[in-house]
Amino acid sequence: MNAGLFFTTLHRPPLARFTTRAESAQATEPKAAPQSIQMATKEAAQLKMQGFEAVIGIETHVQLSTVTKAFCSCPYNYGSQPNSTICPTCMGHPGTLPVLNEKVVECAVKLGLALNCEISMTSKFDRKQYFYPDLPKGYQISQFDIPIAKKGYIDLDLPMEFGGGHKKFGITRVHMEEDAGKLLHSDSGSYSQVDLNRAGVPLLEIVSEPDMRTGIEAAEYGAELQRIVRYLGVSNGNMQEGSLRCDVNVSVRPFGQSEFGTKILLHKEGQADQIVQETRLWDESSQKTFTMRKKEGLADYRYFPEPDLPEVVLNNDYIDEIHKSMPELPEAKRRRYENMGLSMQDVLFLANDDNVARFFDSTLEHGSDAKLAANWIMGDIAAYLKNEKLTIDEIKLSPLELSELIASIKNGTISGKIGKEASPYFVLILVELIANGGTVKAVIEEKDLVQIADPAAIEAMVDKVIADNPKQLEQYRAGKTKLQGFFAGQVMKASKGKANPVLLNKILGEKLNAN
Amino acid sequence: MPPPLQAHRLLISHRRLPTPARRRFSAVSSVQSPPAKTLAPGPATSSILSIRGSLLSGERTAAEITAEYLSRLRRTEPSVRSFIHVADSDAVREAEELDRRIASEGKDALGPLAGVLVGVKDNLCTANMPSTGGSRILEGYRPAYDATAVRRLREAGAIVVGKTNLDEFGMGSTTEGSAFQVTTNPWDESRVPGGSSGGSASAVSARQCVVSLGSDTGGSVRQPASFCGVVGLKPTYGRVSRFGLMAYASSLDVVGCFGSSVFDTATILSVVAGHDKMDSTSSSQNVPDYASELVPLDSLESKPLNGLRIGIIQETLGEGVDSGVASSIKAATSHLEQLGSVVSLPSFSLGLPAYYILASSEASSNLSRYDGIRYGRQVSADDLSELYGESRANGLGHEVKMRILMGTYALSAGYYDAYYKRAQQVRTLVQESFEDALKRFDILVSPAAPSAAYKIGEKINDPLAMYAGDIMTVNVNLAGLPALVVPCGFVEGGPAGLPVGLQMIGSPFSEEIAVCV
Repeated sequence: MNAGLFFTTLHRPPLARFTTRAESAQATEPKAAPQSIQMATKEAAQLKMQGFEAVIGIETHVQLSTVTKAFCSCPYNYGSQPNSTICPTCMGHPGTLPVLNEKVVECAVKLGLALNCEISMTSKFDRKQYFYPDLPKGYQISQFDIPIAKKGYIDLDLPMEFGGGHKKFGITRVHMEEDAGKLLHSDSGSYSQVDLNRAGVPLLEIVSEPDMRTGIEAAEYGAELQRIVRYLGVSNGNMQEGSLRCDVNVSVRPFGQSEFGTKILLHKEGQADQIVQETRLWDESSQKTFTMRKKEGLADYRYFPEPDLPEVVLNNDYIDEIHKSMPELPEAKRRRYENMGLSMQDVLFLANDDNVARFFDSTLEHGSDAKLAANWIMGDIAAYLKNEKLTIDEIKLSPLELSELIASIKNGTISGKIGKEASPYFVLILVELIANGGTVKAVIEEKDLVQIADPAAIEAMVDKVIADNPKQLEQYRAGKTKLQGFFAGQVMKASKGKANPVLLNKILGEKLNAN
Repeated sequence: MPPPLQAHRLLISHRRLPTPARRRFSAVSSVQSPPAKTLAPGPATSSILSIRGSLLSGERTAAEITAEYLSRLRRTEPSVRSFIHVADSDAVREAEELDRRIASEGKDALGPLAGVLVGVKDNLCTANMPSTGGSRILEGYRPAYDATAVRRLREAGAIVVGKTNLDEFGMGSTTEGSAFQVTTNPWDESRVPGGSSGGSASAVSARQCVVSLGSDTGGSVRQPASFCGVVGLKPTYGRVSRFGLMAYASSLDVVGCFGSSVFDTATILSVVAGHDKMDSTSSSQNVPDYASELVPLDSLESKPLNGLRIGIIQETLGEGVDSGVASSIKAATSHLEQLGSVVSLPSFSLGLPAYYILASSEASSNLSRYDGIRYGRQVSADDLSELYGESRANGLGHEVKMRILMGTYALSAGYYDAYYKRAQQVRTLVQESFEDALKRFDILVSPAAPSAAYKIGEKINDPLAMYAGDIMTVNVNLAGLPALVVPCGFVEGGPAGLPVGLQMIGSPFSEEIAVCV
């Protein structure tokens, strides 16, 4: 477990406060909520029962996927051999100087705009000073009093299974800084080694307002931020690689109290307990937090302006240019899908994954009906992906072919469904396309999936099914006409799904009603 | 608006227009009398030009020239101790290589500094030599790269003869603060050479090398130039890349040059100056050929200084300034065609405390990297804080520790506004008062130091007295201005008198004006 340095800057004195760190040694699903957020959920629920509410703010570090580090020309690749991507500058050798990677500013402005922030036309770097072996220069180049972006907000829609609802959470600031290296502790604990590959890798720190009240809100905030950085392409957002790290600050206050209050005693079960301000670390194996570090007081980082770097001065043209280059963001996408008449369930499914949204949009561009495309993507395609553990961009089915398929359903050439079931004929074609690619037409021909549209052939099958099911025929003729669906299903089954459904139903109806 | 001002504006904006208002001035000659004892002074004319002439005519080879300097170095070094590291065999090899190249490729192979032996202050990184910054904590440290200024010298054909002594990380005014040795003043070996670039100044003064590089954070080039009777140039902040210069106070540090003549000093500046992508604070202003601004004295037809407005800084000739120094300065300025008039810089006395707060604050941060973890001296210890504490306690010297403590204090929460922030405000005042004075004058003059070289040990236990000696120079760093120090006279002391330097301060990036005077 990484017990590396971690500091939290206090913004306000809370009644009680503890900080948890969402960085653990164990890998998590990329889309899973950070453990610290899961923990916050549990705690929030318990607090609610006791008449308290949680006030949650999140500090997130996003590692940028720039080609080179923030202040030197070293590359960074997660998982490289220790100390293989380092140079005198990121090792803090004497005489070396930082040179700002312009891409870092571009990423910061992109994210600032995406989070609806005010962009500082002039900002500067500062030095944050502390000693630790993973910090080569003895200070971290960061931004202190003038961050590149501030006063923004994030819009999101809570998942339907948690009651849904639109939320807006404030963003205090976004600032640029550099990452530190990593310490590798020996098993015996007698020595530690330093890996400086990560030293100098650019980070954006995003500080939220303490606007969240439940763990779900906190989790969705984190998930939305992850979606945004992925949509923008500024970071891969992978938590298990440390590309996205959340520090969750939780403070507790009685319901109805609008202030955070001063740090005083909290009465609990008649006893007066001093609330200790501390940083807690999540342990994945026991699913509990434990004390990582008590905060004795504010650490003094002795910030001062970084004299080796000029101020970062932006102009409107630069910002406009970046604005223009930005893709549609999740929130805009959700609103657009919502306006198409899709349900919020559909909207969240389609918009919350960049790849799915791109596939869906592309299918629509080829002329598909939105509702039908949504249904197929969320239905059989999603089921296939889940079964095969694939993502939508890893399958061979192209949005064009899906739109062809949907078109043939719509114009009645083939039937997507028989009754409420997906037509096995259709599923066959779909699975073939997903697994092996090709065009709808070619698959139908190659796999001998040509529809049976010969009335004589269908009539023969209908006759056989009717002959084989005399009991059902009797019931049908006694008035239970709903059984037509049963007969249709049997015929379709006999034809391996290839019977033309229109013809089938027409012939079947005639036969069943003939005397 | 009178014409001289327009001409002046043209000069500082580096538009190289052939205007009749353009002035050409001769160099004030440098060393006027021989330095002490065995130390043979060079001629006042350019050593670089004479070396170049010899190589071009084939009169002497680079190897012969190098051997001459090295032999003088070996003879004088036991008493002067300018060098922490002498790369004599490398120098000989490089000189022989140059001779071979001249033989095979002809004279075109000669870079502008071909065969010129250069001493480099040991806080400038050199890839093939130890670079210690004068500190035990970097004993044996060999950088992986050359500082940009050193690289440019080498590319111009210069031969780095060794690394010169300094006060640890540039913090001091006597070179007594070196962790390794005390350098003496070639004019009187019982006296300090000044500092912190004392080794670079004494090496040029004793003719152990032709020219040298130093660094100037608060006067570390100019004061030793004055003490050792050589020419010292502190360029505008950002004129020369700091890449490879071990940072003391990043917002004040500049790489500076020493030579035995203004021409040589200017030549070195032309080579090392200019933008460097490795230093974001280096300027992209064009680099003029400073040396070409000079013309030989005898070719001048008329009084060259006509129209030049010279201001003598009133605050630099008053209390606390040695009377001999003051009279030398007055005499020298009277040579400047009686053009000198007195100018007052009201914020002058505020500069010294502001300088020590800002420089110490930045130093406390810049020196954090010397922690014994990745390179340099590491003391083995049982836990991390002991490892840090012991490595730094053992590796860093007294003066350095004191400045780190001062700087840490000044940046601490609750003190920042009273110290660091206030000092920055003073810095702005100092900048403004210089800016104002330089609107009225082309050049401001002052002594480079309140006294000539003092005795070794005299101020070693009195840091405040030593700091007070920086009064003449620190303001220029706070304002980021260029300043040139030239020998202008002597005061009594030592076997042959002690040199006194005149400081000439110009507007930003107006190095050529100072050089011309």
